Amino acid sequence: MSAEPRPQSPWQTATITRIEKRTPRVTSFWFQPSRPFVHEAGQHVDVRLTAPDGYQARRSYSIASAPEAGAGIELAIERLDDGEVSPFFHDVAAVGDEIELRGPLGGHFIWQVDDGGPILLVGGGSGVVPLMAMVRHRTLSNTAVPVALVFSARVWDEVIFRDELIGLDDRRDGFDLVLTLTREPARRPSDYSRRIDARMMMQAIERLPKPPRLAYVCGSNTFVSAAAEALIEADMPASLIRTERYGV
Amino acid sequence: MVTRGFFSGRRPPTDTDARIPPGQYLEQGFPVLSAGPTPRVRTEDWSFTLKHGPKPIKKWNWAEFNALPQSKMTRDIHCVTAWTKFNTPWQGVMIDDILADAGIEPPTAYTLALSFDGYSTNVPTKDLVTGKAMVALLYEGKPITSDHGGPARLLVPHLYFWKSAKWVNGLQFTGRDEPGFWELRGYHMYGDPWREQRYSSDR
Ligand SMILES: Cc1cc2nc3c(=O)[nH]c(=O)nc-3n(C[C@H](O)[C@H](O)[C@H](O)COP(=O)(O)OP(=O)(O)OC[C@H]3O[C@@H](n4cnc5c(N)ncnc54)[C@H](O)[C@@H]3O)c2cc1C
Repeated sequence: MSAEPRPQSPWQTATITRIEKRTPRVTSFWFQPSRPFVHEAGQHVDVRLTAPDGYQARRSYSIASAPEAGAGIELAIERLDDGEVSPFFHDVAAVGDEIELRGPLGGHFIWQVDDGGPILLVGGGSGVVPLMAMVRHRTLSNTAVPVALVFSARVWDEVIFRDELIGLDDRRDGFDLVLTLTREPARRPSDYSRRIDARMMMQAIERLPKPPRLAYVCGSNTFVSAAAEALIEADMPASLIRTERYGV
Repeated sequence: MVTRGFFSGRRPPTDTDARIPPGQYLEQGFPVLSAGPTPRVRTEDWSFTLKHGPKPIKKWNWAEFNALPQSKMTRDIHCVTAWTKFNTPWQGVMIDDILADAGIEPPTAYTLALSFDGYSTNVPTKDLVTGKAMVALLYEGKPITSDHGGPARLLVPHLYFWKSAKWVNGLQFTGRDEPGFWELRGYHMYGDPWREQRYSSDR
C-alpha cells in the first residue's frame, strides 16, 4: 500500500461534457476538470453545489472511469428520490454546466495492476462504481491479473455497466463476472438469485486460481457489513478486506 | 460559485447555523464509516494500554477500566464525509482520569490512539486532556454497538470524527506528531472541522 502524501486537491470547476442514462435510476456524467488530474482506480471526488444564497451541499462520488481513460472523469450517480444532490444531477444538470469538485480523494480503497492479484471485488448497487474503475484499469493495462467481480443488483435492468461487464466476462481473460439478482431469477448460468452469503463468497473465491490477495467491498452500509461478514465466514482474513461505505 | 439551477430547500434552521461547521450538513441518523469489516471485540478479550513509545505504562482489563470514574459528555459531532449530528450523548472515562489512575502527567505533546483492528489516529495530547476527550463506553445510555466502535471508542468531539478511533485499545505517547492510518492516506494531521481541515492539503 502506498503511503506517500496525496497530491493537492483544491476545489475547481469541471464542465459536464456528456450525460448518459445507465439504468432507470443511474445516470453517468462525464466531467472535464479545468485542472485535469490523474486518479487511481477506486478513488472518489467531492462535489459541491452552491445555492444563490450561499448554501452549499456536498457529497462524495466514486470515479467510474479508469486512470488511463484520459483527462475527463465519469461519475455514475444513483437517483435517491428524496435526496438533495442526486436528484439535482438527474433533473437539472445539463451538458455544458460547470460544477465544483475536488479530487482525487481517498488513499485506502484503491487498486493498481502493479499491486497484483488475484483480487475479489464485491459491489452492491452503485457500490460497483469504484470497482468498475478497477476492472477498466485492469482491461486497459492488458494484464492477466485474475479479478472476480460479484455484483449484487435488485433486477437485471438495474445492473449498471451490464453490457460492458458481460463483454469483458466473455473474453475469458482472467476477469470473471458473477451477478446476483435479489428480486429476479438469475439469467446466466454462473449467476445467482439471492443476497450475498458465505457460500456465494466461497464459490467466488474458488473461481480465482488462488486465494485473493485482497477483497474490495463497496455499497450501502448494510450491504458492506453483510458482504464483509460473508467473506470472513468464507475464511477471508479480515485484514485483507477493504471496504468503502456509501453511508445510508 | 453559484451552481446553475440548484435551489435546495434543505436548510438548517437558522438558530442552529452557528453549530454547523463549513461544508457540513445536519444528519438525524448515525451513518457508519470504516476501512474494513467490523471487528467483534468481546469484553472478556478487551484491554486498554497506555504506552510511552513502545513501553507500556499501565494496562486495564474491562472490569478494571469500568471501575474508573465515569463522566458524561453530550456533544455535536462532525464527520469528514460532511454530516454533523447534534447532541450525541456519551458516557465513559475522561482521558484525564485515565492518566490520573496511571499516576502520570502526559510525557509528550503527541498521542496515537490505537485500535483492535490495527487502525491508529494521531491527536495532539493537549486535545485529549482538560476535559476535552474520553474513552466512551456508552452511547445513549447503552453499550456502544460494534459498528459504532464498541465496546469502547475514543471520543474527541471537537475534531473530525475519524479522530474518535473506534474499537480503541490504547493510547501511545509519541515524541513527534506521527500520522495514523487515515492521515497516511491523505487525511489531515489535525482535523479541525471549523477550519475545514479534511485532507492533508487543507491549511
Ligand atoms: C466515498 C463515497 C463514494 C460514493 N460514491 C457514490 C457513487 O459512485 N454513486 C452514487 O450514486 N453515490 C455515491 N456515494 C453516495 C453519495 O455521496 C450520496 O450520499 C448520495 O448520492 C445521496 O445523496 P443525496 O444528496 O441525493 O441524498 P441525501 O440528501 O444525502 O439523502 C440520502 C437519503 O437520506 C435521507 N435523508 C437524509 N437526510 C434527510 C433530510 N434532511 N431530509 C430528507 N431526507 C433525508 C433521504 O431519504 C435520502 O434517501 C458515495 C459516498 C461516499 C462516502
